[in-house]
Amino acid sequence: MNESLVTARGLTKRFDDLTAVDGVDFDIQRGEVFGFLGPNGAGKSSIMRMIGATSPITAGTLTVFGLDPYADGREIRSRLGVVPQENMLDEELRVRDNLYIYGRYFSLPRKVINERIEDLLAFAHLEDKRTAKVEHLSGGMKRRLTIARALINEPELILLDEPTTGLDPQARHILWDRLYRLKQQGSTLIITTHYMDEAEQLCDRLVVMDQGRIVAEGSPRSLIEEHSHREVLELRFPVGTQESALLKLDGLAPRQETLADRVLLYVDDADRALAEVSARGLQAESAVVRRSTLEDVFLRLTGRSLVE
Amino acid sequence: MTTLLARVASPTVRPSHRVRHLLEHNLIVYRSVWWVILAGFFEPVFYLFSIGIGLGKLVGDVPGPNGELVTYAAFVAPAMLAASAMNGAVYESTFNIFFKIRYGNTYKAILATPVAPGDIATGEIVWSLFRGALYSAGFIVVMALMGLVESPWGVLALPATLLIGFAFGAVGMAATTFMRSWQDFDLVTMVTLPLFLFSATFYPLEVYPEFFQRFTQFSPLYHGTELVRSLTLGTLDSGLWVNIGVLVGMGLAGSAVIGRRLERLLLS
Repeated sequence: MNESLVTARGLTKRFDDLTAVDGVDFDIQRGEVFGFLGPNGAGKSSIMRMIGATSPITAGTLTVFGLDPYADGREIRSRLGVVPQENMLDEELRVRDNLYIYGRYFSLPRKVINERIEDLLAFAHLEDKRTAKVEHLSGGMKRRLTIARALINEPELILLDEPTTGLDPQARHILWDRLYRLKQQGSTLIITTHYMDEAEQLCDRLVVMDQGRIVAEGSPRSLIEEHSHREVLELRFPVGTQESALLKLDGLAPRQETLADRVLLYVDDADRALAEVSARGLQAESAVVRRSTLEDVFLRLTGRSLVE
Repeated sequence: MTTLLARVASPTVRPSHRVRHLLEHNLIVYRSVWWVILAGFFEPVFYLFSIGIGLGKLVGDVPGPNGELVTYAAFVAPAMLAASAMNGAVYESTFNIFFKIRYGNTYKAILATPVAPGDIATGEIVWSLFRGALYSAGFIVVMALMGLVESPWGVLALPATLLIGFAFGAVGMAATTFMRSWQDFDLVTMVTLPLFLFSATFYPLEVYPEFFQRFTQFSPLYHGTELVRSLTLGTLDSGLWVNIGVLVGMGLAGSAVIGRRLERLLLS
């Protein structure tokens, strides 16, 4: 099971004077769900496009299925499923025709495509929409159609660039469910996201990216254990009183982050910390006790929050 | 063009048999908007009726390529055919392609599949030739019905318009690979409009002063017009090989530039 589908060493992408990806190393194994987590502009999409053999690398090495994306781009792309950040559907075509013509781009026989279309429409829950024009679909439906389209060639590796960005919560959950099914079937997925919950739900392993570099790597749980404390106490103080409250919080938690509108205390037992806050005579407007998430890891590693 | 592109293009953009999938795509798109295709047929027909017939009444007969007098309609009709082949190819390869690259996003989705940029470029040019052939065939039939095709050689006017379409389509697409904004397209009109007006389209070359006549030799549309006109009037001479050579050379040069520029344009 330890077969590496994607290997990058010192992978670099420069656009004129902008370095989008700055010498990163990673290995992605067959059967895993691998995530690139980071804010916009961290270089995630550039990596995806280089893996997808649609963007030449500037320096370093990259192999996909053991092949060189420059010389063997066609071969690589024929074995990939790509869900780009923008859907890039053929808006003027019907749902069914979108799947059909995409299958043709892979030179699949018409009969094979027509069989797969039925399965994919069911998978994407779009059976009732097969003859609808794409421009009339909702955002969630378009996203599901884009994922279905990426599966038409039964890819060995599926690239999903920000799969749920811009969707409402309900549409996101439906999509996660579909991606989870792919994972259960043993598909290899690469996902970029700036949502921690998405990375935590789906990824077996992930790298945290910031400004073109990888700043941490591991499973969601191990990253949280390594770079954060078990629990977080979020305190919000009445406007104008946060400064004075900070003085009284001094020394209470092993780690503390001060954001514009609230204070985060990183502790092993948040309930005990909350009791201590009250004991020090502090009156928070609101107090939330929660488990540490990847957001906290990112804050710790970069000093900034993910979604600005 | 395919083999030429294969030679100058890097392995990432080289065209292949997958060109046909692009054509299939366009067929599906136009299945529901076939009337758009129909509309393009009328442009040269309208010109023919207004200028060829209307103006022709006032003008009378004019000397054809070999000096023999022909009706004005028979003189101007092949020029309309040649000019519309140019206009169609230029429109497809500049405005249309630029729009698809910038806003349509369809190419980006296609490039994620085994289809390569060379397939897309070849597919679009072949498609525009296919469209152009439909228009030309229709127009040639109209000409024949009006008795304006004076020689059986006129049948070859169809492949001649395809050659014009190839020459202008390839150069147009090559130019599009350098375009940055819609403003740049004013330059396209600045080139095609004088070509349309001054390529011995509406009157014989001899009408111009000698200096201007020599200048016209540099107009590729002039060579296209001469070619088509000689075929429909049946006035063939060895000069046609020059006309053909200019158009073929133009098409090949455009294709070579496309091959080199596509990677930069579509893969970055």
